[in-house]
Amino acid sequence: MTLIETDGEDLLAAIRKLLVAKNLVTEAEIAERQQATDNASPGQGAKMVARAWTDPAYKALMLEDGTKAAEAMNIPMRGMPPLGVLENSDEVHNLIVCTLCSCYPRAVLGYPPFWYKSAAYRSRAVRDPRGLLGEFRTTLPDTVKIHVVDSTADYRWMVLPKRPAGTEGWSVEQLAAIVREGDMVGVTVPSV
Amino acid sequence: MAIYRRPRPRYSPAMDNDDKRSHHDMGGVSKFMCEAVDIEPHALTAFDRDVDALRGVLGAKQIMTVDELRRGIEAIPEAEYHRLTYYRRWIRSITDNLLRKGLITEAELRAALDAK
Amino acid sequence: MTYAPGDPVVVKNDWPETRGPVHIRTPHYLRGHKGQILRYLGDHPNPEDLAFARPAAKHPLYHVTFPMNELWPEGRANDELVVELYEHWLERP
Repeated sequence: MTLIETDGEDLLAAIRKLLVAKNLVTEAEIAERQQATDNASPGQGAKMVARAWTDPAYKALMLEDGTKAAEAMNIPMRGMPPLGVLENSDEVHNLIVCTLCSCYPRAVLGYPPFWYKSAAYRSRAVRDPRGLLGEFRTTLPDTVKIHVVDSTADYRWMVLPKRPAGTEGWSVEQLAAIVREGDMVGVTVPSV
Repeated sequence: MAIYRRPRPRYSPAMDNDDKRSHHDMGGVSKFMCEAVDIEPHALTAFDRDVDALRGVLGAKQIMTVDELRRGIEAIPEAEYHRLTYYRRWIRSITDNLLRKGLITEAELRAALDAK
Repeated sequence: MTYAPGDPVVVKNDWPETRGPVHIRTPHYLRGHKGQILRYLGDHPNPEDLAFARPAAKHPLYHVTFPMNELWPEGRANDELVVELYEHWLERP
């Protein structure tokens, strides 16, 4: 066994000790970073979606420049890859995947879910999107055109889902509460 | 008379560029097409979150780019790649990159592992 | 920036991974296939160099669309793939 094949837990402990001893990284920096990542959650993306559903100017900004739209909601985007937002409509349904690794809009959705990182999801999304959506109990009419977005490069992509019927007159808080992680990746659609 | 056509298998490895693609490059690869997606939530462990944060710090301090992380993950042999959990691939890549850059040496790493 | 939205393009049918250690962001299933430029996404440092800590020149990046039936025998013509690709992977058909 080569050194690098050592179990991950042991590697982490050793690497961490060495990096700290060499003043390359501090434990405080790791803790701070973890806190920042823990603060990012689908709830943040959901707030953006709810605002876009109720504020046409914000929606226009969101589709034009997702990073600015996130910053307008006080979501820290410094050092993050640019965010792009794609709108679902009666005609088009967007589904996000990263077939090469697991690129995910972490700034607005937090840690990628387990399924997003799986070989099955990464393989099937680009080839059998309707079959894949079925496993998430999502059925789209045949007339809806699916855009599968393979997130291969510098952007991170988020879906602006369609506002469901039956939510007329709802507050942004009520609306944000029905938007789930999967709705903003395109594997599910919000419902009431 | 109707011409008999043999039904084409829906997913055939013969249609893949399997001899040429890298194993991490998974889009539409036949062998995964019939695999169900595990949509159950899996909570991250303390180890997962620590590796994630360490990678973030190394990126923010420009010690290692996300592209280097990916290169290191893609360099893990196929069987190992599938056997290792997500963040075990990451720590292996991080280690590989730090060694390549000479920021840590094999001797230092061995000593740190032995001291455990 | 060489291409404009609507321009037809072909993804290079090149396989650098067969020639040695590389890091490439052009998925294998697109190589040699015909698509269309959807939008320009700005210039970005080439990840093929960043991955090896080499100096990385900026390349134009585009969103390119491919009808599903161009990529897969069973693909539906109405559905499509939308993928970020760097200009150096694209050619005119």
